Amino acid sequence: MSARVVTITSGKGGVGKTTVTANLGVALAMRGQRVVTIDADIGLRNLDVMLGLENRIVYDLVDVVEGRCRLRQALVRDKRLQELYLLPAAQTRDKSALRAEDMVRVCDELRESFDFLLVDSPAGIEQGFRNAVAPADEVLIVTNPEVAAVRDADRVIGLIEAEGKGPARLIINRLKPELVRRGDMLDTEAVLELLAIDLIGIIPEDETVIVAANTGRPVAFTDNSPAGRAFHQIARRLMGEEVPFAPLKEPGLLERLFRWMRSEGEEQR
Amino acid sequence: MKLLDRLLHRQEPPSGEIARERLRLVLAHDRANISPGLLEVLKDEIIAVISRHVPIDPEGVQVTYTEGARVNRLVADIPLRTERRARR
Repeated sequence: MSARVVTITSGKGGVGKTTVTANLGVALAMRGQRVVTIDADIGLRNLDVMLGLENRIVYDLVDVVEGRCRLRQALVRDKRLQELYLLPAAQTRDKSALRAEDMVRVCDELRESFDFLLVDSPAGIEQGFRNAVAPADEVLIVTNPEVAAVRDADRVIGLIEAEGKGPARLIINRLKPELVRRGDMLDTEAVLELLAIDLIGIIPEDETVIVAANTGRPVAFTDNSPAGRAFHQIARRLMGEEVPFAPLKEPGLLERLFRWMRSEGEEQR
Repeated sequence: MKLLDRLLHRQEPPSGEIARERLRLVLAHDRANISPGLLEVLKDEIIAVISRHVPIDPEGVQVTYTEGARVNRLVADIPLRTERRARR
């Protein structure tokens, strides 16, 4: 039994890498996979707060690499799920505290005990990015349907191919179906054609993701939000299942009425 | 005015379409490592070389980078300045 190392990266910052990593970790663990999410963003760690585990960190990745603790001691277990762990980044160090070999060694040590290692890459294309990609068996690129994010994604796709880690697969995050319908947002076909890369998932813009970040409980814990469902579809595809890409549609009048009645009902409770 | 534009089909394409076109160009340049600035330099040098031998219209010269399915190419369009011969 050997885990697959999946690195989540993007080039541009702020497109949702950490949100994706946290939610895929939750979705995979809910499906019975043994998962470690690894925060490779040394100095700017955030995966811990996305997962709501920030108060339980004792040691971090740099402590492991520098021999201050054993690897197992640094893993924070998410008590809400059977087999979801976080390997946190160091907050008070910088990217130079870690080398690509360190990441490879740490991941190799974890491989035998888990099914998935999800590495959350820092933005950019410097050392931190290289560290995150070094141990990867597979790379997922997160982008938003907008010019700057797609451009940076293209650059990263090229670098990953040059490293022999391709072909990467694409996650389009924060798509607004309403804007696409109006013609004011790049549609999925345009992004895929421009980047010439395979798609693994589309995540619609969804306010519940913001609520989830506020509370430290990723949306993938339930499947009653569009984004939560999208993350579970990606998790299933990662596990090798064929999941058709359902067209994202705007909620119809009836559905909107339904939702409105439901939210009214909740308020009265 | 907007209404008139719309009636005459003169309105701007939707912004998603503009984004796609801009990206097409930017990515082509990024991938080939040929910046629009480099194209300008090439254009100036091409004008200088050719006009030493043939009269050309420097204003009309266009050097563009295009991405094809199998090969990417630089295309130079160089209008010649020919003396119009009077007909009749």
